[in-house]
Amino acid sequence: MSFPDPIAVFRTEAAELLEQIETGLLDLNHDLANKDQVDAVFRGLHTLKGSGAMFGFEALAAFTHHCESAFDQVRKGVVPATHDLVSAVLNATDHMRALIEVPAGDHDAASEHLLSTLRLAVEQAGNPDAGTPVKPAAEPRMTHYRLHFSLPRNAMANGTNPLPLLDELRELGECTVEVHKSCIPALDDLSAGDLYLSWTVNLKTAQPRSAIDDVFIFVMDEMELSLEIVDARNEQADEASPVAEAAPTEAKSNNASGTPVRAESTAVTKAAPQQQDAKQAKSSENVRVPAERLDELMDRVGELVIAQSRLSQLAGSSGDLQLRAVSEDVERLSGELRDTMMVLRMVPVAQLFGRFRRLVHDLAIETGKAIELITEGETTEVDKSVVERLADPLVHLVRNSCDHGLETPEERRAAGKDPVGRIFLSARQAAGEVIITIKDDGRGINRERVRAKAEASGIIAPNAVLADQELLQLIFQPGFSTAQQVTNLSGRGVGMDVVKRTIDALRGSIDVTSHNGTGSEISLAIPLTLAIIDGLLVRVGAGRYVIPLSAVEECLELSPEEDMRSRGRSFISLRDSLVPFIRLRDLFNTNTTPDPFQKVVVISTGSERVGLVVDQIIGDHQTVIKSMSKLHHDVATFSGATILGDGGVALILDVGHLVAAGQHQEAQLRAAG
Amino acid sequence: MAAKILTVDDSASIRLTTRVALSNAGYTITEAVDGMDGLSKMRSGQFDLIVTDLNMPQMDGLTMIRELRKLPAYMGVPVIFLTTESDNELKSQAKAAGATGWLTKPFDPESLVKIVKKVLGR
Repeated sequence: MSFPDPIAVFRTEAAELLEQIETGLLDLNHDLANKDQVDAVFRGLHTLKGSGAMFGFEALAAFTHHCESAFDQVRKGVVPATHDLVSAVLNATDHMRALIEVPAGDHDAASEHLLSTLRLAVEQAGNPDAGTPVKPAAEPRMTHYRLHFSLPRNAMANGTNPLPLLDELRELGECTVEVHKSCIPALDDLSAGDLYLSWTVNLKTAQPRSAIDDVFIFVMDEMELSLEIVDARNEQADEASPVAEAAPTEAKSNNASGTPVRAESTAVTKAAPQQQDAKQAKSSENVRVPAERLDELMDRVGELVIAQSRLSQLAGSSGDLQLRAVSEDVERLSGELRDTMMVLRMVPVAQLFGRFRRLVHDLAIETGKAIELITEGETTEVDKSVVERLADPLVHLVRNSCDHGLETPEERRAAGKDPVGRIFLSARQAAGEVIITIKDDGRGINRERVRAKAEASGIIAPNAVLADQELLQLIFQPGFSTAQQVTNLSGRGVGMDVVKRTIDALRGSIDVTSHNGTGSEISLAIPLTLAIIDGLLVRVGAGRYVIPLSAVEECLELSPEEDMRSRGRSFISLRDSLVPFIRLRDLFNTNTTPDPFQKVVVISTGSERVGLVVDQIIGDHQTVIKSMSKLHHDVATFSGATILGDGGVALILDVGHLVAAGQHQEAQLRAAG
Repeated sequence: MAAKILTVDDSASIRLTTRVALSNAGYTITEAVDGMDGLSKMRSGQFDLIVTDLNMPQMDGLTMIRELRKLPAYMGVPVIFLTTESDNELKSQAKAAGATGWLTKPFDPESLVKIVKKVLGR
């Protein structure tokens, strides 16, 4: 095992920080008075500067320092946050990326230009008369409390843990805690479950008094709490708190006179490292692991699962009870290990969604449209590799919505709509899949134009009869683009066919709905994980195949009579509905004698169902997916292969493809009457 | 490791609401239908937190809280009780029995999760 390159680690961390900073800035742009976001941006800049300097990115550290100072003034209420200031720092983050990528490059001119814009923004913010008047950020009034408290003796035994209470106090503001141990009795008199400590807490907070009461809500009646307010005058004489809390008030008076004050800001930065430490101490509970190591671990777990299923098979065929017991234990453990492994690899889609806010912000400027991005379900978790591979298709879909979907504000007004176009990006989990939806309230997909375009480029025959969904799906065909003129945004060579191909590769599906004039919606359904699936093992002739269990609806027997009756029609009636079926024996050209009782496995994708006729259903099987070799990657019926417990190989059926084939067959039969 | 929570309530709908809210927040949930059931589940497995109703058949919440505090394994384990009215008398009875905190019904899932986080300190 080798240690990762610290520079590489810094780059990863810096990328994350910049993303956080951007998110904070964009949020701030919506709500300039949002103190939390000001703090978040400041913290991000502060950390970036600090670690940049540590890893030798001097230019980055120096440049970031100026942005940090600017935000420090905002944080301290010296200057209010303004749109100009936020934009200036937003532009600066791009420059920071450049400074991280090419630290040795010649960035001086760009740096100076950005910094002068920033300085101007700060000056104008500090002196509203000089620029456009802006609403100043709500200035928090800091109060300095000194509280002394002790909890009832039996508080701990009754489930109250004092540590989280102190943590909650720390979250309210800047906080120092002193513990008094004088009441601890001699060892002989000490009862282990009792609480003998008391605390003095110095808290500077902008929160109201009730916030402190809320911390102690459950113990308020039984505890002793004394609370005094230390005012600003006492404070300056007070040795115990070295930070000049009076800064905001002073700054305010200076601000009123029109000159932004830098001296104050340097004085108050001292407070920052303390808060920073507290935050960092919290985050150190997480361990950062390179993704490859997780992948390695995943491979090992995969092999373990295979070995375990061989063991189960051996144990099952031997009569040894002890062996069976051990094998059952191993089966349970490897199942749990697999589940834990899966959870380790899951990351929230918030990571993915975060970058779209910037994209949409930029696109709105580029296209001159007013666009609002609304995201939902950011906490939905997906396998890391899925998130990575989803990024490009989603960027394309969002671009497409901004570019083709949404109208210009004038067009929207003319159509009686809100001039601000909306794009909804949402994620949710549904039965082993994550559904990601990109929706806009734009003009919708022009079906006539899609058809005309598809006919013109030879994708469909003229006047071909198509179901609505089929027509809409045409936009994912290679070489298809309805944009009348290729724009900078969407027409960059990557078509929707790339989106389709990526989603297919993820074993996902795309669903399009669109209403003329009110917008379109594209839903991507992606399996939660790519590596392991639960499958149903079946036999056709001598070959064994795996059907993903999540797609299996039910299994039934195809009686010889029904088999005869259905010859040439290939439909079975299933609770009053006709379900088309595919004889896998025919599909795979199997020559062995069929089993007398054929089985039908009904599989579905969403609303469409199809039956697969097999010789035998062997049972469920946990499957580690091995992808097909390059040589076979165009084989459509199979999505991969797996190694069975006995060392044999089974191919994994591609459910989406088979359902589509079954439905196609049905459509042909219906058409033939 | 997700914290394990035992919810004790005779109302199936309240149990469902708490289960949905808490499992969405990442906790592992076990359900019991009354005080007796709750105690027997506590004896057969260790939980990090108990969320209980007070008014239940077989054994009420107050008795259950008193009993569970006698179990060495549940010394210091937080207990949150649900109460329909913000009845101060009942509240102090429950506190005296050994409860840690409370939540007034009807409650929304967020406040339940907030209180669970508060008493668990994570």
